[in-house]
Amino acid sequence: MLELLIAPFTIDFMQQAMLTAVLLSVASAVLSCFLVLRGWALMGDAISHAVLPGIVLAYASGIPVVIGAFVAGMICTLATGYLSENSRLKEDTVMGVVFSGMFGLGVVLFSVMRIDVHLDEILFGDILGLTWADVLQTGLVALAASVIIWFQRKDLLVQCFDPQHARVIGLPVKALHYGLLVLLSIVIVTALKVVGIILIIALLIAPGAIGYLMTDRFDAMLFYAVAAATISSVLGIVISFVLDSAPAPTIVLVLMFIFVLVFLFAPVHGLIGGRRARRTAVEPQFH
Amino acid sequence: MNSDVSNVTEAAGQSQRLSGVDSGVVKVSSAANESGRATRRKSGNEPGNEPGNEPGIAAKNITVTYNNGHTALRDASFSIPNATICALVGVNGSGKSTLFKALMGFVPLASGSVEILGKSAGRALKRNTVAYVPQNEDVDWDFPVLVEDVVMMGRYGHMNFLRRPSAKDRSQVESALQRVNMWEYRHRQIGQLSGGQKKRVFLARALAQESRVILLDEPFTGVDVKTEESIIALMRSMRDEGRVMLVSTHNLGSVPQFCDHVVLINRTVLADGPADVVFTRKNLEHAFGGVLRFHVLGGHELHDDDDAREVTVITDDERPFVLYGENDDAPEHQSFDKD
Ligand SMILES: Nc1ncnc2c1ncn2[C@@H]1O[C@H](COP(=O)(O)OP(=O)(O)OP(=O)(O)O)[C@@H](O)[C@H]1O
Ligand SMILES: [Mg+2]
Repeated sequence: MLELLIAPFTIDFMQQAMLTAVLLSVASAVLSCFLVLRGWALMGDAISHAVLPGIVLAYASGIPVVIGAFVAGMICTLATGYLSENSRLKEDTVMGVVFSGMFGLGVVLFSVMRIDVHLDEILFGDILGLTWADVLQTGLVALAASVIIWFQRKDLLVQCFDPQHARVIGLPVKALHYGLLVLLSIVIVTALKVVGIILIIALLIAPGAIGYLMTDRFDAMLFYAVAAATISSVLGIVISFVLDSAPAPTIVLVLMFIFVLVFLFAPVHGLIGGRRARRTAVEPQFH
Repeated sequence: MNSDVSNVTEAAGQSQRLSGVDSGVVKVSSAANESGRATRRKSGNEPGNEPGNEPGIAAKNITVTYNNGHTALRDASFSIPNATICALVGVNGSGKSTLFKALMGFVPLASGSVEILGKSAGRALKRNTVAYVPQNEDVDWDFPVLVEDVVMMGRYGHMNFLRRPSAKDRSQVESALQRVNMWEYRHRQIGQLSGGQKKRVFLARALAQESRVILLDEPFTGVDVKTEESIIALMRSMRDEGRVMLVSTHNLGSVPQFCDHVVLINRTVLADGPADVVFTRKNLEHAFGGVLRFHVLGGHELHDDDDAREVTVITDDERPFVLYGENDDAPEHQSFDKD
């Protein structure tokens, strides 16, 4: 049994998978905190679907796929921003319209152009079939994104919490806004081809949600988000090895399990944990 | 502030006691009172008279038209010298909040220009010159930030790009929170406060910002009297440090107490200038039209002798509560409701 648990850490392709998953987890966990707070939880979903037409067109015209995907992702976010600013619709409504439209376009283009790759190769990635070059590339992108966001987190937080105050104190609000979106798109595009759409969508929502339930301080929220994402990546890959299941969905399942635990038992905001906190807080008054 | 009112009364050489007049102007019409007011005003420095000193805030012919076609401000001009507390007074919908937004460039100007310490609004904001307390905070109250975090956000303009607070930043946050009596609440999540407490936290953030120009849109609405007094005291000391403050308020009663300058607006600037010139019965009637509640107690209602002095009570929103009598135990209540 022990050997079975240790094996994934010794086999080459398992090491690669684990390292990549962990690095991407950190970057997307940090991003997810901002997405959850900004009410952009669907943004990850939206961008990762909206990149499809870009990928197809890039394939067809011989441009690197990553670039096509990135451009399509940015078009999705910019169109969403423009439409919600210039209409009375809420951002998530517009986002839903834009990304389903772009995904539809991608699928139509894909079938019309008869490209000789499989759609699931594009969208589901293959975390067990990575090369060290893939690991390096993904790792560098993930690391850069994490570091940039870590150093900008306070400004991003003000911008998120009170955009008006951010403007008053002279923060570069436009740059912060679009910078976050660009980083998000880059991380998604990089992640898509290695870990697949399901994992990246989950990693861009659940860790932030977990952190948000755990605490009332932002830095602590970041910590819990990163911890949850990292733990589920490692555990998920080990479990997938033992069960011989697909790694990405297994990671998602572990993440969801942690989410449920936190939802129930988080100290103050959890369903049961909160009740206990309230009980102990009230008691002293009766003595 | 009650003590201020009694100063006036003493200066007027009277034994009567007036209190509870937060929401009205109590003006004892006598020359003695005018001099009392003048001496009180002298304690603040006479602002902006030094030659070559650019005005703190200046607006030239600004017009603001909202997307729906409504022109909220037309051709409004005024100028406020440095080291001044200026009241912005007008009825609901007269364009006070619009004027604040226009000063900071939050709404586009259809025409006209704004200068803050001689610079354009955009450049002034970039230099952390302006602090702003909006009328309503439009934030997510469930956000994972504590009271002290919110006030610390006021300090960001003073920090390097990593935003790591120094000892000075921390002490500024502490003293700002002490000023608004919210220091004990510093570890509360921001949503877990009452409406007035939230307001006080955002006031503290503006105080901690230590900007040279401070814009406060109805800062005292929903704030208790004790906090209001301590904020007014702080504003006075900030004025003495040379800062300029623009404060919109419906509390006409407190305007002459702490403002040196007044801008009266109703979709344009009706009058602006030093408080004792502009803040007059005639101008107020003009600015408020029929909305103003106005009460005059003639000498014969006040005195048995033939003292001709009279009490004028003006208020725009709340009913003033005026006490007038011999002693504290058995005051004759005079509560006016004559519209
Ligand atoms: N976003 C907006 N779009 C269209 N019209 C607006 C908008 N905001 C304000 N107005 C209109 O502009 C006018 C001035 O509004 P403003 O909020 O500046 O008034 P105010 O003097 O601050 O009033 P109050 O004393 O109630 O705070 C009002 O007639 C209002 O209806
Ligand atoms: Mg207003």
